[in-house]
Amino acid sequence: MQDFKTPLRSFIQDNFLMGATGTTFGDADSFMARRIIDSTGFLELVMFLEETWGVTVQDDEMVPENLDSLDALQGYLARKLA
Amino acid sequence: MTGRALGPHVLDLDLAAEVDRICGWMVDTVANRLKRRGVIIAMSGGIDSSVCAALAVRAFGAGKVYGILLPERDSSHKSADRGALVGDHLGVTYETFDIAPALAAIGCYRERDEAIRRVFPAYGEGWKCKLAIAGGAQGGINFFKIVVQSPDGATEEKRLALKEYLQVVAATNYKQRIRKTVEYYHADRLNYAVIGTPNRLEYDQGFFVKNGDGSADIKPIAHLYKTQVYAMARHLGLPDEVCNAAPTTDTFSLAQGQDEFYFALPYHQMDLALWAHNHGVPVGDVAAGLGLTEDQARFIYADIDAKRRTTWYLHARPQLLEPVGEIHP
Repeated sequence: MQDFKTPLRSFIQDNFLMGATGTTFGDADSFMARRIIDSTGFLELVMFLEETWGVTVQDDEMVPENLDSLDALQGYLARKLA
Repeated sequence: MTGRALGPHVLDLDLAAEVDRICGWMVDTVANRLKRRGVIIAMSGGIDSSVCAALAVRAFGAGKVYGILLPERDSSHKSADRGALVGDHLGVTYETFDIAPALAAIGCYRERDEAIRRVFPAYGEGWKCKLAIAGGAQGGINFFKIVVQSPDGATEEKRLALKEYLQVVAATNYKQRIRKTVEYYHADRLNYAVIGTPNRLEYDQGFFVKNGDGSADIKPIAHLYKTQVYAMARHLGLPDEVCNAAPTTDTFSLAQGQDEFYFALPYHQMDLALWAHNHGVPVGDVAAGLGLTEDQARFIYADIDAKRRTTWYLHARPQLLEPVGEIHP
């Protein structure tokens, strides 16, 4: 299975944490609960998904089950690109 | 929840005592802490600013309250009329300052429309628009849709992508910031303090523009739920047109309720949901009290938390590396 987590982790670390120390996150951690990504941040994340993998995120796909952790994103992209 | 079910009674208030408490605090704060000689109030014609104006007149007397009406191209004439009605009713001195030329000069309308045209290329003269929130009330992630109406009345809507969303918001935020600039001109001119008019729902959920309507010297009703503000309006004897007006944003050219723009539910339900959340009421009791499913009630609680996280930045004072103890002991 294609690894989406590695580029996504890099994007999140570069774009949201900007090298700030002290914030780490596991593959299953909720970005919202960990206060890493807010609702505007999810728009940035969606733009990254659409530009990087050519997917179109539909309105009804804007749910935590698809976007709110590296595990969720891995599953979502795998389904979208299957 | 023990005792009575969740309902409007939880927001019952001794209105006479609360008016006295607020007015006493306003005078003490403006005179003793802020050292100002009166107050500025921008009167939108909405319930919150009307109640704040009435409280200010009770606290300071009409001669120490200066009202400003700040219409622009997209605000409703009804709002301006109600603002003037309140000014006349309270006997305060007020003036109208049309901020549309300033907004046009600074690029508010042009920048907003340019972003909208990237989504709807035909958008232009004669079209109307508004933003509508989606997602959070259904358990999703909040995002905004742009709704446009062509001159022939046809409406279309699309989700705003990041760049367009940020540009539309940034451009329309000029409205609140220019208004505040005018308010502070008069505050400086008269040596008055500026009243901010958020209710608790707006304050808690970050429904304001930083350095725009969020900027003020005192916010006398930020602790009151919107339902309580309506009750206070009636208690203070404000005109029926104000007491019965539905809350709107008055920011976009298409008619827009505050719940459609930002809140997950109409204000009377949102007030109860927020009260319940603040008092640890279980999701099942909220669902029963508001006529929602348990999933819907859970989504509303999650949405309240999400908005608090997202808008924490709006409340934040400028961050310092270390405290300057001489200024903030």
